[in-house]
Amino acid sequence: MDISLQKVEYRYQANTPFERLAIIDVSIDIPSGTFLAIIGHTGSGKSTVLQHLNALLKPTAGKVVIGDKEVTADKKQKNLKDIRQKVGIVFQFPEHQLFEETVEKDICFGPMNFGVSMEEAQRRAKVAIKQVGLSEEILSKSPFDLSGGQMRRVAIAGVLAMEPDVIVLDEPTAGLDPRGRKEIMDMFHALHKERELSTVLVTHSMEDASKYADHIVIMQKGEVYKKGTPEEIFSSPEGLMQLGLDVPEVVRFQKKIEETFHIKFSQTCLTAELLTEEIALLLKGGEQK
Amino acid sequence: MMEKMIFGRYVPAHSLIHRMDPRSKLMIIFLFVCIVFIANNSLTYGLLAIYTLGMISLSKVPFRFIISGLKPVLWLVLFTLLLHLFLTKEGELLFQAGWFSIYEEGLRQGIFISLRFFLLILMTSILTLTTTPIEITDGLESLLHPLNKVKFPVHELALMMSISLRFIPTLMQETDKIMKAQTARGVDFSSGPIKDRVKAIIPLLIPLFVNSFKRAEELATAMEARGYRGGEGRTKYRQLSWGLKDTSMLIFLGILTALLVLFRT
Repeated sequence: MDISLQKVEYRYQANTPFERLAIIDVSIDIPSGTFLAIIGHTGSGKSTVLQHLNALLKPTAGKVVIGDKEVTADKKQKNLKDIRQKVGIVFQFPEHQLFEETVEKDICFGPMNFGVSMEEAQRRAKVAIKQVGLSEEILSKSPFDLSGGQMRRVAIAGVLAMEPDVIVLDEPTAGLDPRGRKEIMDMFHALHKERELSTVLVTHSMEDASKYADHIVIMQKGEVYKKGTPEEIFSSPEGLMQLGLDVPEVVRFQKKIEETFHIKFSQTCLTAELLTEEIALLLKGGEQK
Repeated sequence: MMEKMIFGRYVPAHSLIHRMDPRSKLMIIFLFVCIVFIANNSLTYGLLAIYTLGMISLSKVPFRFIISGLKPVLWLVLFTLLLHLFLTKEGELLFQAGWFSIYEEGLRQGIFISLRFFLLILMTSILTLTTTPIEITDGLESLLHPLNKVKFPVHELALMMSISLRFIPTLMQETDKIMKAQTARGVDFSSGPIKDRVKAIIPLLIPLFVNSFKRAEELATAMEARGYRGGEGRTKYRQLSWGLKDTSMLIFLGILTALLVLFRT
């Protein structure tokens, strides 16, 4: 399902003394099957953009097209449920949304809201709990007896069980240990490929963005500062650094080599492996001379 | 809707009302709550309304903003009005259709009592809109200080108040956040049959409670870690200062009271 934001503007608390312009003139295309990362500082408007992706917020100007549905400021929308079933959002700290007596019931909650039968929901719960790397035994436990990391996974399973076409992640790894982070991100990446989902990842982490995404949007003060493939974005890291944004370690390392030895690699490498190859190639080339 | 609520919210500005001593503001509100009941005819209610509007304009908080923030309460005011309209059966009959009838006294009382209610809400909103929660509790603590002599836990009460006031906006934000998360999971809070809507509250309330308890515990730990051990011997960083404007505002309210007593029937 394609999603496209066209010149979207959003003001919080319009017409009050607290009015605040959150995003302005944001245009982003998310064709089916894309893995898009949205990066920016706290307050750059990335979470606001995210809430437009399943019509939780209505733009105050511009329009959002989700599949065949159009969301604009003045149109009263009915039947947003369709959209919400197809676009699943994993919010920041999703463990805060758990409420049922058992993990299984909590995971079934989403699908059943969208009219899935109890049996089917339970089947999906079993699949989802394995996807997030937990065992089936946990299904009968109370979500409040779990550790923070497990709660996070249960909450994610609750969204996965809705079987959305588009999955939107708001800093899904915030507050997790490095191993948990990697496991969760790898899981989302695998799912993305397996089910041919569109994935939108909102993150602070340049490493995650460069590793998993095929498109990156950089937000700055409510506007789209830059968009493109990771290679395009990181080929000129100076601008990013000026914004105070982090650049992946590999890219920084490559820049350092280029500065020190006054050379230029043929491409911007986003993984350590790629950079190693490039360096090896360069060294071999050096010998031949 | 949540983000429009104005209870317990502070709008920073430098108006006269903002700069007043919280003690005088609290005293004015308290007296106002009392003198509202003196009014009993159009003239006295008019005076009260003018006074309230004057205070709003002095506070420099946009009137439109206050009204839009009080929308949820307006229903309550309307309800009061209707209740009196339907249930008071005194005075002249104004209108009748079958079992349904409106009497003159009902209309009069309905308007007056809902107006009284509305003015009270407006005045208390001005207090919270122009005074930070901290100032309010400091003021209260100072005003209630004499009660310490009879072993009344003034400091604890003030602390409880400031904590609850402080967490109103946080709770609102959290409600908004969880509502969004559950909406994304297919809950419909705003339409559908009433039975479903009541059921929809559960996935909202339980996480709210769980998080509040967690937060309370964290807050207690944080306070203890910073050496909090009750009000005894505790010094104050913010000193309250009573000025000419406070005295004159109180005198002004005194004049209003005198006028009300004079003109009531």
